[in-house]
Amino acid sequence: MDLYRSHVLVCGGTGCVSSESMKIIESFETELAKHNIEKEIKVVKTGCFGLCEAGPIVIVYPEGAFYSMIKVSDVPLIVEEHLLKGRIVTDLLYKDHTTDETMNSIDDVGFYKKQQRVALRNCGVINPEIIEEYIAYDGYQALAKVLTEMTPDEVVDIIKRSGLRGRGGGGFPTGLKWEFTQKAPGDIKYVACNADEGDPGAFMDRSVLEGDPHAIVEAMTIAGYAVGACKGFVYVRAEYPIAVKRLQIAIDQAKENGLLGDDIFGTGYGFDMEIRLGAGAFVCGEETALIASIEGKRGMPKVRPPFPAIKGIFDKPTLLNNVETFANITQIILKGADWFAGIGTEKSKGTKVFALAGKINNTGLLEIPMGTTLRETIYEVGGGIPNGKAFKAVQTGGPSGGCIPAEYLDTPIDYDNLISLGSMMGSGGMIVLDEDNCMVDVARFFLDFTEEESCGKCTPCREGTKRMHELLDKIVEGKGTMDDVAKLETLAKTIKGASLCGLGQTAPNPVLSTLKYFRHEYEAHVNDKKCPAGVCQALLQYLVIDDLCKKCGICAAKCPVNCISGVKGKEIYHIDQERCIKCGACLVACPFKAIKKG
Amino acid sequence: MTNSIADIQQADTIFVTGSNTTESHPVIGAQLKRSVRNGSKLIVADPREIPLAAEADVFLKIKPGTSIALHNAMMNVILEEKLQDETYIRENTDNFDELAESLKKYTPEYSAEICGVDADKIREAARLYAGVDKAAILYCMGITQHVNGTETVMSLSNLALITGNIGKPGSGVNPLRGQNNVQGACDMGALPNVFTGYQPVGNPGALEKFEKAWGVTLSDKAGLTVTETFKAIEEDRVKMLYIFGENPMISDPDTHHAEHALQKTFLVVQDLFLTETAELADVVLPAASFAEKDGTFVNTERRVQRVRKAVKPPGEAKPDWVVFMDLMNRLGYEKKYNDAEEIFEEIRKVTPQYAGITYDRIKGRGIQWPCPTTDHPGTPVLHIGKPARGAGLLKPVEFVESGELGDEEYPLVMTTGRILYQYHTRTMTGKTEGINNMAPEVYVEVNPELAAAKGIEDGAMVKITSRRGFVTMKAKVTDRVEKGVLFVPFHWESGANVLTNGEVLDQYCKIPGLKVTGVNLEKMA
Amino acid sequence: MITLKINGFDVEVKEGATIYHAASSIGVKIPTLCYDERLKPHGSCRICVVEVEGARSLMASCSTPAANGMVVHTESEAVVTARKELLDLILANHPLDCLTCEKAGRCTLQDLCYQYDIEESTFDGKRKSYEKDASNEFYTADQTKCILCGKCVYVCSQVQNTDAICFVDRGFETHIGTPFDMGLSESTCVSCGNCVAVCPVGALMPKRKEKFRYWEVEKVKTTCSYCGVGCQMELLVKDGKVVEVEPVKGHSNDGLLCVKGRFSYDFVNHPSRLKKPLVRKNGVLEEVTWDEAYETIVDKIKEIKAADGPDAIAAFSSARGLTEENYLMTKMMRAVIGTNNVDHCARL
Repeated sequence: MDLYRSHVLVCGGTGCVSSESMKIIESFETELAKHNIEKEIKVVKTGCFGLCEAGPIVIVYPEGAFYSMIKVSDVPLIVEEHLLKGRIVTDLLYKDHTTDETMNSIDDVGFYKKQQRVALRNCGVINPEIIEEYIAYDGYQALAKVLTEMTPDEVVDIIKRSGLRGRGGGGFPTGLKWEFTQKAPGDIKYVACNADEGDPGAFMDRSVLEGDPHAIVEAMTIAGYAVGACKGFVYVRAEYPIAVKRLQIAIDQAKENGLLGDDIFGTGYGFDMEIRLGAGAFVCGEETALIASIEGKRGMPKVRPPFPAIKGIFDKPTLLNNVETFANITQIILKGADWFAGIGTEKSKGTKVFALAGKINNTGLLEIPMGTTLRETIYEVGGGIPNGKAFKAVQTGGPSGGCIPAEYLDTPIDYDNLISLGSMMGSGGMIVLDEDNCMVDVARFFLDFTEEESCGKCTPCREGTKRMHELLDKIVEGKGTMDDVAKLETLAKTIKGASLCGLGQTAPNPVLSTLKYFRHEYEAHVNDKKCPAGVCQALLQYLVIDDLCKKCGICAAKCPVNCISGVKGKEIYHIDQERCIKCGACLVACPFKAIKKG
Repeated sequence: MTNSIADIQQADTIFVTGSNTTESHPVIGAQLKRSVRNGSKLIVADPREIPLAAEADVFLKIKPGTSIALHNAMMNVILEEKLQDETYIRENTDNFDELAESLKKYTPEYSAEICGVDADKIREAARLYAGVDKAAILYCMGITQHVNGTETVMSLSNLALITGNIGKPGSGVNPLRGQNNVQGACDMGALPNVFTGYQPVGNPGALEKFEKAWGVTLSDKAGLTVTETFKAIEEDRVKMLYIFGENPMISDPDTHHAEHALQKTFLVVQDLFLTETAELADVVLPAASFAEKDGTFVNTERRVQRVRKAVKPPGEAKPDWVVFMDLMNRLGYEKKYNDAEEIFEEIRKVTPQYAGITYDRIKGRGIQWPCPTTDHPGTPVLHIGKPARGAGLLKPVEFVESGELGDEEYPLVMTTGRILYQYHTRTMTGKTEGINNMAPEVYVEVNPELAAAKGIEDGAMVKITSRRGFVTMKAKVTDRVEKGVLFVPFHWESGANVLTNGEVLDQYCKIPGLKVTGVNLEKMA
Repeated sequence: MITLKINGFDVEVKEGATIYHAASSIGVKIPTLCYDERLKPHGSCRICVVEVEGARSLMASCSTPAANGMVVHTESEAVVTARKELLDLILANHPLDCLTCEKAGRCTLQDLCYQYDIEESTFDGKRKSYEKDASNEFYTADQTKCILCGKCVYVCSQVQNTDAICFVDRGFETHIGTPFDMGLSESTCVSCGNCVAVCPVGALMPKRKEKFRYWEVEKVKTTCSYCGVGCQMELLVKDGKVVEVEPVKGHSNDGLLCVKGRFSYDFVNHPSRLKKPLVRKNGVLEEVTWDEAYETIVDKIKEIKAADGPDAIAAFSSARGLTEENYLMTKMMRAVIGTNNVDHCARL
């Protein structure tokens, strides 16, 4: 490899690509050529850096200068100042939200300080489309070790001892899954990777596939060796075109290099991989539905048992893990089970990637050791709540997770703690809610998703989510009764207890957890016909504060439905509540803050 | 069937030939597909791309009448690749060497030429059939309705015997019987040469047994088959014909010839309706339908099952057995039966295979004969351990091209068959509006290339001519059939059987060669 | 063998048996809308949920294998509450037109609502509404009445293996349809009606020619009179007429029928049935008494026998007649007339 004096890392993750990071790369190349330094400086298209809030991100090494929100027009300046003259362009550096301090280096950024990147280790570090870069970062060493030094039993054993649990949501011990599949009778077995990331806002699987696809290829090959499979399927949603493309490149490169295909490393072991595209149904993340979809059938869950380890794809024993789970495998092989088990809590080992979103300063992807508290995650890594608002709850586990209130902020994050709080790990969605969020509305929002995404197979989920949604509609419209709230709760419990698959069993979580921790908000909607957070439009009233009204008439002029009456300069203005559409235009328009929302 | 229908689920490979199972035996077709979807391999051989072909691992679209060449080639491959069951051949068959010798010339390439299929596909089929533990053969009229029908069945039986695919669940040579009680009719000796239970009329012991049982003297001379009867009428050897529940005007070959015979003889017809045949009768007797009487039917797997009276016959219609009893009584034979069960009790006494079956035993579920005693559970699989005759005879069978072919005037082959929505001569199905909407009229399937060459468009009227006559019908242009082949469902009057040959019969069982008729096709002006 | 306790009774079942099987084996009936022993367990309706002591949630008995030491309650308070809630949900999306619904009297939903005292739904939200598909000649599909138990789809794909129908759309919009919702007449449907036979409600109904209620009919089990498979069926009879045919699980048919056996029974009641004997007089067939018809035949037989011998008489027996009738026909020909000239259409 050529030696370069500087490396310019430009994020090539989906988020930054949508903010034109590909053009930024082109611009760097043009500018470098213009100054004849293209042989001295290497521009690298990497995977996601995680701090998407600040994207597009450009990092310049060796300094580690962390440029954020870069536009194509910023590139000439960085080239001229930083790369040519060695002066960091401070104005373009990332600023910490809380301290407003300019961060010179990525090492100083709070977002990264508490993180420990195992699954995401290569994301934002290497060019995912170049196998040599992956290899330079110890890539395919784990596979070599497994194939040349270890028996399949030893591989299963090390995964078991590591304590790794499934990162897709269920948290089932990965080593046990491997063992079941290994021991299942059958000549033909499959390894499948669940990359059907369906939780809205969660994108850790996409980031791994985009930023470090070889890690999945390598891990699946290792898994294949361990369980006795010679074929792997990656089920990835078609909405992830970059991930699909880079994974395909990785598969092709691995094949060209003899790391995939027949006789890998000349050991006689053969493994092949194929990508299957999903159409984006949420339920296809459920393992039996995913298998049905891979088989070309309608993605609908099946009853278990038989479990996929016994009867999976085409009724053959199948090992199915998700992307993040696989992303941990090579590190466990290389660094040992004890190393991995040394991270995390007693029952939840290792790290977990979360997609942090909502009312939070550092929106993005982060990887923290299990056992980090919610508070540390939200305030230290996430940089806290913007605009000085008060924290209300954090919703974890995707659309079928639960809402955890402030009093549990010091809970260490692990599988079991989240479940005991009425939520779950899920695939790692984490949405922060502040005082402006109405919890009834939040529950309704998630129900809207799960109702839509119910596969329609079993009665409670198909019919029940619809009725829960309707009851919530009734409540947010101010038409609910306490009977409705009781009915909602009973229904939620029935759906949780009687549904066929994980989607239905967890769909009521947002309702049940908000009922548990924020029942008073439901009561306010029902009894007082008020939305405490001022979100539910039907319950809002815009009122003119008589004392403050200067009779200017601006509000009436701005009202799109002409429901504000009064006489300019003579008479205080009045809003007709019957006709008001609660658009809030008057509130914004009033120069004297004489209109209140209540 | 040597085996049971439920057995199909156990077969590793199923070889379906000359049977459009999903249309002619839809419920077996469904079970067959289920077995295939659960992992059984399927070989289909048929001149048409029948619906089952889509499920097949190997589909052999053979020319009509070439099955023997196919079976012989499959056996050639089996012996060549040593896939035969040596132990079974040694212990349970006779004449293997002669068979092996006769098969030598039937290389896949040789037969591929005759059958019009790919030689490698024959190899593949042979391996699929012989390379597994249990392979079942299902066949139907596509095998039997040939002038060499019996020999075609023999070649199938050879195939099963040399691979030991007989006498165990999931195997066997299984003819699918086309009609509800064709098995029962055969079992009862409604055949010119045997009494009930296939006891030959020419066997002195059997004759004596029946003479004693019935208290009369009996003829030991084999009688006439259906097709021979028409000839005998033409030759004035038969003067009276009594037809019970049949419609030869449509079902029998060479309609014009049959019609002439039916008109000539004194004809009694006993049926539900005034059928095309009844219209020619001198006496017509109104019969009760299956819903109007008690009794039994025997299905294709030899299972004797109950038929129960649900409604009263219309008008003065009577169950057929009452008519036969009345006539026998009037002819001086004084035996009276109060119900069908009394007749069945008499059947049991003279039919060893039925001896153990009683109405009481089959009130819930039927029993498969042979059932020699009342504590015998019935026999789901025949020839277990050893073939019934002691050792299976491997009789060499040579392929001979049908005499219907090779005539320049009639260069195309017409083959006949059934369709899902109609049954036999439509006497029953033709009374249901929905059925007639689904399958309103006769048609001929014509290959697109042939249709183009003759200027025939889909739905156009065409004229088909054979040595026996001509018919006109609509053309259905489809690549289900090959270029030289036409297919006509036989259910309708003035249809396929106007053209078929009733003269040349199988030398053993006198079956006519309905599946191969030399014809010509023209577009109607 | 596996031993478990159901409603306080000890039960022993084979390994692999479900709780539902185990309960059935001791006569405990667990209600269900979607179970069919021929199908791979699919657990759609969830009505068969039972309480298993120590389990996190209620278990669907149709698809949960019985395990050693399990303690199961099939009608506990939790179970009954869940079942009522599920029936409430189903009813919230099902028309209450039982007065005119043809399925009344044998509707499983009706029976279960009666059993669990569900008079009407407590939910009053959106209800589905679809146009009835009457394009098939023999049956109608009314998705408005469908409760999505899935049996029709699975019977079509796993038992009949025709794959004509499938689930369409998802969530609340899920319904049973044909590919691209083109309607049954445009599908690969073979009109076997095996889906109709398993529909627990009035969504799939045979097209009726007679008005009748299921409680008015007498059912007579018999064997189909078409091909040689020997399918077992029940004739539904009202006022001396066959008004419907239903499949019965027999050895050879596994509960299936085809379009002919299931829907083509009109010939039985058909007005053109022969009702009196006919004898040709002056070239025309005329109605006569049985006596006259018999005499004509007997005279002819005697005449020919005397003149040309018994072998001048021949008969075709029938592959559609009873075994007993074939026997008597051959006996008549052989023992009474004296010839072996008897054959039938086995070859045709």
